[in-house]
Amino acid sequence: MNKIKDIARPGDPLPILSGHVSNGRFERVLRAGHFAVTTEIAPPDSSDPREVLIRARLFDGYVDAINATDGSGAHCHMSSLAVCAILTRVGYSPIIQISCRDRNRIAIQGDILGAAALGVCNVLSLTGDDVSAGDHPSAKPVFDLDSVSLLGTIKIMRDEARFLSGRPLDSAPNLFLGSTINPFVPPVRNRVDQLAKKIKAGAQYIQSQYCFDLDLLKPFMKRAVDEGLTNDCFILIGVGILASARTARWLRENVPGVHIPDDIIDRLEASKDQKTEARKISVELMQKIKEIEGVSGIHVMAYKQEKHVAEVVKQSGILAGRQPWAPQRTEVEIKE
Amino acid sequence: MYQVRLWSTRHSRSMERLYEIMNPAVLLFLRCMTRILGRRLDRPVTAIERTMKGFLFDCQMCGDCVLSKTGMSCPMNCPKTMRNGPCGGVRANGMCEVKPDMRCVWVEAWAGAKDMTSGGDIKQVQFLLDYRDKGKSSWLKVARDE
Repeated sequence: MNKIKDIARPGDPLPILSGHVSNGRFERVLRAGHFAVTTEIAPPDSSDPREVLIRARLFDGYVDAINATDGSGAHCHMSSLAVCAILTRVGYSPIIQISCRDRNRIAIQGDILGAAALGVCNVLSLTGDDVSAGDHPSAKPVFDLDSVSLLGTIKIMRDEARFLSGRPLDSAPNLFLGSTINPFVPPVRNRVDQLAKKIKAGAQYIQSQYCFDLDLLKPFMKRAVDEGLTNDCFILIGVGILASARTARWLRENVPGVHIPDDIIDRLEASKDQKTEARKISVELMQKIKEIEGVSGIHVMAYKQEKHVAEVVKQSGILAGRQPWAPQRTEVEIKE
Repeated sequence: MYQVRLWSTRHSRSMERLYEIMNPAVLLFLRCMTRILGRRLDRPVTAIERTMKGFLFDCQMCGDCVLSKTGMSCPMNCPKTMRNGPCGGVRANGMCEVKPDMRCVWVEAWAGAKDMTSGGDIKQVQFLLDYRDKGKSSWLKVARDE
């Protein structure tokens, strides 16, 4: 494993290392062979930038990158671009999520240039939940692109320094390109093929949907490794932190694509302190997932449980003593 | 015609055979007719294409037909019009996240592709759709090399 030199001051882009595509710290961690940890921030329903920094602070020293969700669950929140811009100002390494639901190719390409200009180094391409899942079901769904063609679009902008129209860019966006995968829902057999398609389109890293079922993950990872897909792409597996058996049931029934086996719910129900048991489950999952061949990291999703992310990551020991970069708190004073 | 659409995907191999037999003849015919009639051909051919493919596949006339590469399941019936699906929201029973009464178009597509000789084409990345072609004939587009 190589040592990572981190000389970044907030706002200063790191130099691009040979073989890298971005100026970012996240790509450096992965390419240096470290086991990476990412998490996601719930964008506030607020115009106050401090809200973002307060939320980000919870993860200091335990995560390598923070995803800023883009209207997740088709609910309206602060935009992912704005959240990322606030985070890069203090030196964080955010991942901008771009969903195809709300914007067409003109708006998305503009946002990609804007994100890169604001110091964002990582992008996650998503198709996005349908508008019917959210709080504005009467909105017009766009879906001009899908996650795969969005990957292709960003790749063209980065590698060929042009818009889709062919019009040249004066400076290309240096973005580390990612997408998602859900190995836990049908067609389970073809999810590796879907992964291959995303890699072909340009994905360099993948963050998976919640994994609560190792029996489904293992064959998926084995096939991905056998087909050589993990040579071209870093795979981070999603781990959730549940609050109780009730929330687990709610998630399973109401959030599309979430697969939680009965034994997890039974185990939660049988325990005296469901909250502690849920965190224990997350810790165990992280440790077991780290052992699976081909896995490069963990993506922690802890909606409304964000305050436990650091503790769970710490207990799991998956960072193996490494401390991810966190901003020096001398420059930004946050009043909570 | 949801049931007919499912039937077509289940018989993807027969559909592919039909396509292989018909395609050269249809294209030749359209090329000859284009020479004689020019753009006057557009309306009747588009109407025939819409009726036939509409009946068999619930075709949405995107103008850039990829049925032969998507297991004979039309991707434009996906509520997110994903041309490189499926999305991550498919229900455990294989039904659509948005329309619980509809089989996921892409679960059907991968199942259909499995039986086809050119089924591997489903692994090709479909890039962007030209929305100016919506409502136009794919057959004529191919015949005229547009």
